[in-house]
Amino acid sequence: MTAPPTDAQPQKESMGIDPYERNWMRFSIVLLVVFLTAVTVAGFAMGFQVPGEEGRVDPATITEAGPFANPGVRQIAPSEFEVYVVSRTFNFDPAEIVVPQGATVTIYVTSQDVQHGFKITDTNVNMQVVPGQVSKLTYTFDRVGEFPYLCTEYCGIGHAAMFGTVKVVPPSEFEEAGA
Amino acid sequence: MTISIERSTRELTDSEKRFVGWHMLVAIIALLVGSIFGPLQALQFSNVDLYQYLEPVIRSYYQGLTLHGVLNALVWTTFFIVGFTTLVVIKGLGRALTHPKVNWAGFWVMVVGLVMTAVPILLNQATVLYTFYPPLQASWAFYLGLTLVVVGSWISGVGFFLTFIAWRKDNPGVRSPFIAFAGVLNMAMWQIATLGVAVEILSMLLPWSLGLIEATDPQLARTYFWFTGHPLVYFWLLPAYISWYGMLPKQAGGKLFSDSLARLAFWLFLIVSIPVGFHHQFVDPGVPTGWKWIHATLTYSVFFPSMLTAFTVIASLEYAGRKRGGVGLLGWIRALPWKDPSVSAQLLAGILFMFGGIGGLTNASYNLNLIIHNTAWVPGHFHLTVATAVTLSFMGITYWLIPYITGKKLISPRLAQIQVWTWFVGMIIFSNAMHVLGLLGAPRRTPLGDAPYVPEEWNGHLLRTSIGGTILLVSVLIYGWIMYKTARGPKADPDDVPMIPVAESLRDPQLTPVWLDRFKPWLIAAGALIVLAYGPQLWDQITGIQLTSPGWTPW
Repeated sequence: MTAPPTDAQPQKESMGIDPYERNWMRFSIVLLVVFLTAVTVAGFAMGFQVPGEEGRVDPATITEAGPFANPGVRQIAPSEFEVYVVSRTFNFDPAEIVVPQGATVTIYVTSQDVQHGFKITDTNVNMQVVPGQVSKLTYTFDRVGEFPYLCTEYCGIGHAAMFGTVKVVPPSEFEEAGA
Repeated sequence: MTISIERSTRELTDSEKRFVGWHMLVAIIALLVGSIFGPLQALQFSNVDLYQYLEPVIRSYYQGLTLHGVLNALVWTTFFIVGFTTLVVIKGLGRALTHPKVNWAGFWVMVVGLVMTAVPILLNQATVLYTFYPPLQASWAFYLGLTLVVVGSWISGVGFFLTFIAWRKDNPGVRSPFIAFAGVLNMAMWQIATLGVAVEILSMLLPWSLGLIEATDPQLARTYFWFTGHPLVYFWLLPAYISWYGMLPKQAGGKLFSDSLARLAFWLFLIVSIPVGFHHQFVDPGVPTGWKWIHATLTYSVFFPSMLTAFTVIASLEYAGRKRGGVGLLGWIRALPWKDPSVSAQLLAGILFMFGGIGGLTNASYNLNLIIHNTAWVPGHFHLTVATAVTLSFMGITYWLIPYITGKKLISPRLAQIQVWTWFVGMIIFSNAMHVLGLLGAPRRTPLGDAPYVPEEWNGHLLRTSIGGTILLVSVLIYGWIMYKTARGPKADPDDVPMIPVAESLRDPQLTPVWLDRFKPWLIAAGALIVLAYGPQLWDQITGIQLTSPGWTPW
């Protein structure tokens, strides 16, 4: 460290930045640019995306008409699925989502009452569920197993009991079940 | 041109000390009461439910959690900060407040607000946690009380601004003293930042809770909330930085390494701490991904002044350590006055803050946030930042401040050391366990002891949060005891009472470029950046408002 002795320096206005600190500032900027580039490429080129603006609904009428009136799993192509989930105090409807291994699932979630959270354990699916809004993310389930989805936002006295489970089963088993 | 300045030798008058003391009294009581609930949460994780013994006064985990969050994150911080800022403004500028009645008015408005907030929380009519996301609906008194706390802090802020302006008039061409400059800057940032939550409450939540409007728009409310929510953390942090930059070096026997970079860091905090709120809303449905990305980028730029701070503060400490005879690459660290609990508290706070900062960068990293959003990682993170970098530093400050304003002697520096180290150790255990639980998928704000989905592999970590929480409880009880006994102790010999530590700058502050001591251009830049980063989205969300959510009280 070069401690700048006060007397030796010209007495005029300047930032007076120590050479070590100047390098530290350069390093900080490079570090941040590298990080930003990494998350940007991952997000916009590789598909690791956060939820965006999807659409609005009226929480008072979602159970009467529209896709949330019949929550559940729909197959739209051989390995493509849609799931509509209604969150309410203190459960998810449906409480169980069964899809075959390798399925690409687009999940739509909304709330009938207060805010909830929807996070599927061990995946990148994580959404705030806001009444009046539709949260949407797409995820491909490559591993067989059970993946609980938990309410991750405080929603009232029964919050800790609010969860459901994604069951990813081998394709053969899925067909046998007659889905 | 060089103007040599007489460093202010003015001490606070007795009435000024009393004024600061009132803020500290409220702050410390809030910390003690609020902190008792923290360990109750942590113990619940191991199925030790102490809440059952608090009925019917405290009716649920969530009511306790609301008290913990509001008292510790909002009341302890705000009252401490306004009191501490009063002290640094008076000491830094070397003059009395120009309008002490304005500052007193600010204090009393804050107190009235605090009582109005506390009553509905204690009556279980505001169990909405400290983020009070609608459509959970609290009593109107809760919203009005919070508003008054904020308005009170604004009034105090105006008192500081008027005093600062008066000093400027009397001292043309002189660089403002760093601690006063930084204190005033923090209050200015706070006034701009709290506009978000003020609009949220006054235009939406208050009329809604009074029944004047039937329904609200939770998404817009979130956007307003996080306009304030992120700079809020800088409002907590900057007073700790004032101490780290402008006071701790003096306590350690050194000087501030760079006055100009210290000021640059503070200006950058002013302009970039506000237009970043969407990084708390990465997983929100009603905000376009493009705007989230822009705020992620701006959040990264807030990391830059934090990196500056890391360098400047550590360099100041190294200078101190070497002056004290420390040699070698790291020998200066050992040479620092670790025996002074005020110093050790702040050094340990700084060490844990490095981890808090790294975690914060992770949180801000756009899609990386998907892994930890709303998980136990997040409270794990902010217990390193607000509950350690800020709170442990503030505790360290009170170890000289309370003796200073009361004219007493700190009862037991040894006990204070135990308090400081137990906080450090307890927090490492607690916070590490919370981070790990978050990565495993444990949700935040959840009594995991009751949750049906908890797998066995979480148990060890849940136990560690309970152990850490218990150590922290012991630490905070020791802290309360030290504060009480010190304040109630006999008047000490004036030589035994600590002075306000004010660090000199290594270089004459008059050499700092004048553009680093001008408020106007930076305030304009802050406003412009807010308009650019928030304007279009706020416009879309406000014009697209849909009042479809009635209030709910499911607790």
